[in-house]
Amino acid sequence: MTTQPVVELTGITVEFPPVTALAGVDFRLYPGEIHALMGENGAGKSTLIKALTGVYQTSSGTIAVDGTERRFTGPGDARAHGISTVYQEVNLCGNLTVAENIMLGAAEPRLLGALHWRSMRRQAARHLERMGLDIDPGSSLDSHSLAVQQLVAICRATVGDCKVLILDEPTSSLDADEVESLFAVMRRLRDDGVAILFVSHFLDQIYAVSDRMTVLRNGGLVGEWATSDLPAGELVKHMIGRSAQVLESVGRKQGATARPAGTVPRLQAVGLGRKGSIQPYDLDVYPGEVVGLAGLLGSGRTELARLLTGADRADSGSTRIEGVPRRLHTPRAAMARGIAYTSEDRKGEGIVDGLTVRENIVLAMQAERGWVRPLPRRQVDEIVAKYIEQLGIRPANPEALLRNLSGGNQQKVLLARWLATAPRLLVLDEPTRGIDVGAKAEIQKLVAELAGEGMSVVFISAELEEVLRLSHRIAVLRDRRVVATVDAEETTTDQVVELIARGNVAEGDAA
Amino acid sequence: MRQALRHHLFWPVAALVVLVVANTVAKPSFLQVTVTDGHLFGAPVDILRAAAPLLLIALGMTLVIATRGIDLSVGAVVAVSGAVALEYISASPDPGSPVTVLVAVAIALGLSLLLGLWNGFLVTVLGIQPIIATLILMTAGRGVAMLITGGFITTVTSEPYKGLNSGFFLGLPTAIWIAVGLFAVVAVVVRRTALGMLLEATGINPAASRLAGVRSRTLTWTVYAAAGLLAGLAGILVSADTMAADANNAGIFIELDAILAVVIGGTALSGGKFNLSGTFAGVLVIATLERTVTVLGISPHVTPLFMALVVVTVTLLQSPRVRERFAVAALRRRPAGPDGAAADDGGAVEPPSGDGSGAGTEPASDAVAGPEAHEGATLQAPTDEREVTR
Repeated sequence: MTTQPVVELTGITVEFPPVTALAGVDFRLYPGEIHALMGENGAGKSTLIKALTGVYQTSSGTIAVDGTERRFTGPGDARAHGISTVYQEVNLCGNLTVAENIMLGAAEPRLLGALHWRSMRRQAARHLERMGLDIDPGSSLDSHSLAVQQLVAICRATVGDCKVLILDEPTSSLDADEVESLFAVMRRLRDDGVAILFVSHFLDQIYAVSDRMTVLRNGGLVGEWATSDLPAGELVKHMIGRSAQVLESVGRKQGATARPAGTVPRLQAVGLGRKGSIQPYDLDVYPGEVVGLAGLLGSGRTELARLLTGADRADSGSTRIEGVPRRLHTPRAAMARGIAYTSEDRKGEGIVDGLTVRENIVLAMQAERGWVRPLPRRQVDEIVAKYIEQLGIRPANPEALLRNLSGGNQQKVLLARWLATAPRLLVLDEPTRGIDVGAKAEIQKLVAELAGEGMSVVFISAELEEVLRLSHRIAVLRDRRVVATVDAEETTTDQVVELIARGNVAEGDAA
Repeated sequence: MRQALRHHLFWPVAALVVLVVANTVAKPSFLQVTVTDGHLFGAPVDILRAAAPLLLIALGMTLVIATRGIDLSVGAVVAVSGAVALEYISASPDPGSPVTVLVAVAIALGLSLLLGLWNGFLVTVLGIQPIIATLILMTAGRGVAMLITGGFITTVTSEPYKGLNSGFFLGLPTAIWIAVGLFAVVAVVVRRTALGMLLEATGINPAASRLAGVRSRTLTWTVYAAAGLLAGLAGILVSADTMAADANNAGIFIELDAILAVVIGGTALSGGKFNLSGTFAGVLVIATLERTVTVLGISPHVTPLFMALVVVTVTLLQSPRVRERFAVAALRRRPAGPDGAAADDGGAVEPPSGDGSGAGTEPASDAVAGPEAHEGATLQAPTDEREVTR
């Protein structure tokens, strides 16, 4: 690669006194490459992107674009110089058409500010075609899946003279197929000479699509490698600063799957379903067992879990707890039966970001007791200290506001909230999504340990490998229906993929 | 110093101090409290007594706002409650008997509680947006009060009832004991039990709270009921002050004053974290401001403008964004920084220049002049109609 970098950052330092978020980081981005920016949460990835696009002011270092030193005043300025950013959440107007979204701000107004709708639509269609997207520009954006909306956001970013495209975690809410189509678009843009900066937590995706990578740790530069030169184990080592062995050894399920005949399931769902949400299903969860739910996004994983935990109300079927029929029609009813649920939507349905770590941890316990009987302060402090220590919550300050914690630590606080209620069945919906490798390993380890101590766990994750490794049994979902329940010991990833893809039971699997 | 600046009570208290200083400069005897017959008299006592109804209403409003709600109907509830109590007393054979007064108060409070429950029902069960749900009663409530009074302003003579406001107990007017006492009790209950935390959780993230097992609906409903009850009590204090059941003007715009007090006290309208001590300070600021207008002899014509200026300044100083700018400016020119800040905060309340609308003692006249002022600054409501009906 002898060409000149399109973007070159030299010795970039960003300070939020007293914190140094980035310390003298160098970064090069060449035309026609997909460059992965790697690092744990808090390593400085977002800070680097924001320094580049002018959101943050740098305290030292230079930013050069095409060899000319620049200092952008904000994302708009950066975009005017060919550097566009697409964030994790789709920032588009759902009630406008695809064409309007793509051309928003880029369409040339005619006399008196009137728009030439037909030419706008035509231009939008051309941009869509360039990306290989076959959708009607006149359709409303809302009518498309999140993945398509994400692609439209990227399409919008490439309108005009786009030299550099920054994709900050674009895949976190996409399923495998959608990720593939996103990658196809990325490769196409790369081949057109666009430089793509890509941030993702999924290692396999990084290896599937990126050409080079830069690794950050604690605000400092670790190094830059060609993707093919750096095995995943090495990469993880660089990212977390310790051996990848840690990752491999933790999170193994414990205990045998064999259980004495006649064991009563802790939770038994018979024909449980909800119209328009999930078809009636049967599910047993035994003490000390981890039941994984596998399926694509939108296959009904979350919907299944929500019926078990009273988050949604079932309109058919019944549930038994320890063999006794019980209705689980509200979260409180489920809690009273020892069922805890952490939603996949950590921000929207999990944390209370304006409250402190302490308040968040005791929230469920306190809610169960009612407001009239506050937990004694000493007991609260003990509980909070115990979980901060046990789960390694950072900062270890009970009075820190939850919104100031990283995603992984918020997730740990959420787990602590539920562990404090001493549940017998823990339903975890995507507990490891969007959090860094270290925290992920810790949470996996915790799940395995809890099950080892006799807790029942229902574990949902988009990462099949994780589900297989942690679960004793796996319920596979497809199109809002449980298509099979298989023994994890005897099943390979490929077989589960087969089930997800085809929906029929492969040989040798118990139904 | 920096920490003091960041404390949520700093700006309301600073505003209060500046107001008191301005008043004392204009009238050196402002802070003087005299003892006559074992009763305390003086401007501070008057201000507190006049603030009593607002204090009760702002208390309920703070809790409602904590749940992401708002209650616009409290002013109407004040009118209904006062009207019911006075009509009952005037219709009874023995208006001067304490039993009659007790029954009247019980009926008024019961009805207010019902109205509060109605609001809570609309908000929690039917899921109507709080501002719309309570707007219904805000308009309908005055009609109900009209119905009760038959369109007349009933004046009543009943010593025990009048005593509820202006009677004395241990040297202070009863109204102060009732309002401050109740405020203290609720503040302690909210923070000593888990109520405060659960309300905040509900306000910040209702969905997460529900999944965590918080009875958000019950809590929210309770809070609207409490706001209704407190407004009813405020209505009794207001009517005991005037001894006239005025369906149109009793408690008019008091909901806006209450919202203002909450905001000045540092509780965001977006819900969640709330602080009752801030609300208390906010109420004092508003009540003192109304008195300041009289003391400084500000012309009634510019009263709204004057009050708006003060209110805007206080809320601006509390805005994190403005403060950030401030901090940046102060950093840039270090030595000049603190002085600049001090000058600005003086400027906040500087435009003092006379007025004549009486606060506190003559509710009939100032009920309109005072509140209109804040309203100009923050919210808009149809003021004209009310004055016409009057």
